[in-house]
Amino acid sequence: MSEETAPSQGDFGRPLVVLDRVEKHFGDLHVLKNIHLTVHAGEVMVVIGPSGSGKSTLCRAINRLETIDSGSITLDGQELPEEGKDLARLRADVGMVFQSFNLFAHKTILENITLGPIKVRKVNAKQAEQDAMVLLDRVGVSAQAEKYPAQLSGGQQQRVAIARALAMKPKVMLFDEPTSALDPEMINEVLDVMTGLAKEGMTMVVVTHEMGFARRAANSVVFMDAGEIVEENDPESFFTHPESDRARDFLSKIITH
Amino acid sequence: MDAVTENFDLFLSGYWTSLKICLIALIGSLVIGTIIAAFRVSPVAPLRWAGTTYVTMVRNAPLTVLLFFFAFGLPEIGIRGSYWLFGISALIIYTSAFVCEALRAGINSVSSGQAEAARAIGLPFVATLREVILPQAFRTSVPPLGSVLIAMFKNSAVLGAFGVGGDLFSVSETLTSARGYAATPVLVGVAVGYLLITLPAGAFLAFLERKTAILR
Ligand SMILES: Nc1ncnc2c1ncn2[C@@H]1O[C@H](COP(=O)(O)OP(=O)(O)OP(=O)(O)O)[C@@H](O)[C@H]1O
Ligand SMILES: [Mg+2]
Repeated sequence: MSEETAPSQGDFGRPLVVLDRVEKHFGDLHVLKNIHLTVHAGEVMVVIGPSGSGKSTLCRAINRLETIDSGSITLDGQELPEEGKDLARLRADVGMVFQSFNLFAHKTILENITLGPIKVRKVNAKQAEQDAMVLLDRVGVSAQAEKYPAQLSGGQQQRVAIARALAMKPKVMLFDEPTSALDPEMINEVLDVMTGLAKEGMTMVVVTHEMGFARRAANSVVFMDAGEIVEENDPESFFTHPESDRARDFLSKIITH
Repeated sequence: MDAVTENFDLFLSGYWTSLKICLIALIGSLVIGTIIAAFRVSPVAPLRWAGTTYVTMVRNAPLTVLLFFFAFGLPEIGIRGSYWLFGISALIIYTSAFVCEALRAGINSVSSGQAEAARAIGLPFVATLREVILPQAFRTSVPPLGSVLIAMFKNSAVLGAFGVGGDLFSVSETLTSARGYAATPVLVGVAVGYLLITLPAGAFLAFLERKTAILR
């Protein structure tokens, strides 16, 4: 029996990411409790919740950077395989953007982007470079193509990280607090890129506390607390009339800062 | 220094033999050490376990014990080969455990986030190591690897004492025991020979360290 918590929010495509009865422990700590979640093609879902509530773990479980104890996670109808070639292939279809950028420090910006297409997608080097330049242009860092990550600002690095994920032509993009390591003046340049992506119809799961982004770009907001999905709603309803006490309490804290 | 000048040819051939042993052992221990290091950080638990066991056993055995094991233990279970082959194999196996640990220190110095990012774009484990982790790990590993390799060059003298003929150290035995030269000048000659291997190696490692540091 699958749970349909979200009210209909427009007509999305097929269910792309489906989590069913997912459980996860870290030792004694129960970090994911009976998680049911469906992300449809073209949907932008924002995940919000207090520190330690399991948002990152949820995100990382979707491309199996974190294994789960029980339940199932399917991607475009396919169950996540065990560690190995099949899993690698499946991960190529899921873009991931980390809080700490995680660019490859010994490679130039251009090489950061082309590594995946060349080694995983077997695109020839010349084509991969052309495609990479188009992507770098789109995220506004093409002038830095020959530099190394350490020579770029945080905002630029994060935009490169987004381009690196996009270069794999993923079916879905996961963002784990992509702006929380950035200085305030750089947050918007990253959010603008993400908003653009959302407008173009990219399927996205975004862990963030940026309510402006959630209101502007998200179709649904999922509120997590202590490993549970407490509430799922459209952004406007969630931010103006949170249903649960826990969400109300949490929102009152982040709005005042 | 007559001992050296009169037997210069013997010293020279000993030097070349030792250099050859060192180069073969260098390549062998780097290759095997890298593979064991990959085992030790692999996502597959039995491989990790195998790597750890290998390092623990090999690293804690004295080199001479390993040499005896190879030279006398292996023939007993039916494996035949020359002293030369057994000697070099023992030296490679012994050194590879230290190479593995020096590399692993380098691997641990690369942020785990980069490995995750590589996995997240779909790079399989071996490609992640080859493309992302090892190139950066190697830079951090150059200084400890240097110490390991220089120790290995010196350890190669044990092979001579052990009976692998023709190398620099066995020259000293030939000259002092068989031909009756005084020990001191002969040993000084031998020591200079080893210095002629380790000093250039040390200079090359220092160069490598400077070279790789700039790219950081
Ligand atoms: N590898 C791990 N080993 C043990 N405990 C972990 C591990 N990773 C996370 N945890 C714990 O699991 C809980 C959920 O962590 P998670 O990172 O998913 O939270 P989060 O909602 O992303 O929090 P934050 O907003 O701080 O990023 C936390 O209590 C955390 O300490
Ligand atoms: Mg987190």
